[in-house]
Amino acid sequence: MIRVAVQAGAFDAGKELASLAESGAGGIASFTGVVRGEGGLVELFLEHHPALTEAVLRDMVEAAVARWDLSAATVIHRVGALAPGEPIVLVATAARHRGAALDACAALIDRLKTEAPFWKRERFDDGRTGWVEPREADEAAAARWR
Amino acid sequence: MTTLRILYFAWVRERVGHDAETVEPPLEVIDVSRLVTWLASRSAGHAEAFAEPHRLRAAIDGRFVSLEASLEGAREVSLFPPVTGG
Repeated sequence: MIRVAVQAGAFDAGKELASLAESGAGGIASFTGVVRGEGGLVELFLEHHPALTEAVLRDMVEAAVARWDLSAATVIHRVGALAPGEPIVLVATAARHRGAALDACAALIDRLKTEAPFWKRERFDDGRTGWVEPREADEAAAARWR
Repeated sequence: MTTLRILYFAWVRERVGHDAETVEPPLEVIDVSRLVTWLASRSAGHAEAFAEPHRLRAAIDGRFVSLEASLEGAREVSLFPPVTGG
């Protein structure tokens, strides 16, 4: 069971995990990304490529399901304006054993950060705005799973 | 003459000044890299957006491609910065 969603609204992580538990897995791993309010950040705006995003995420999830023999996986990514403390992304994976669930979850968020077509623009309390630059550490993290 | 739909995202969109346009590039524009060079001549905003081609990524008709990718058969080309989601 695969669930991929790109949405402006909030998600209910508890409900999503409960739904994964129904897949009959022995373990569920999850990662929730949250907007950091560092340096006077007041808003993080998430832009994406509407025609590409869901297909890219679905390909990624399907590859993880096949590689780690997952019984279910969910990826939800929010778009639009988000405030510090708000959840941006949920990755959750269900498998027979914890190793597969944890590895698949880590691999999915690492790949998502470097391959899914989302772009972040920051706005600070002094009026400055700027697009977030990609980080080399993220690329190195994603490379671990290739 | 081939008609191409071009989509722009993030700071590429901001610098170009709009999110999409339809163009008719000359015949010698055979790949994404040459398309970027040609687009750069359209306005000051385009020139600024495409000043550093190594900072650009591309997709053709819904698939990520390299800047060397051929435009043969392409209908829609997306140009954008490296992604920063998650």
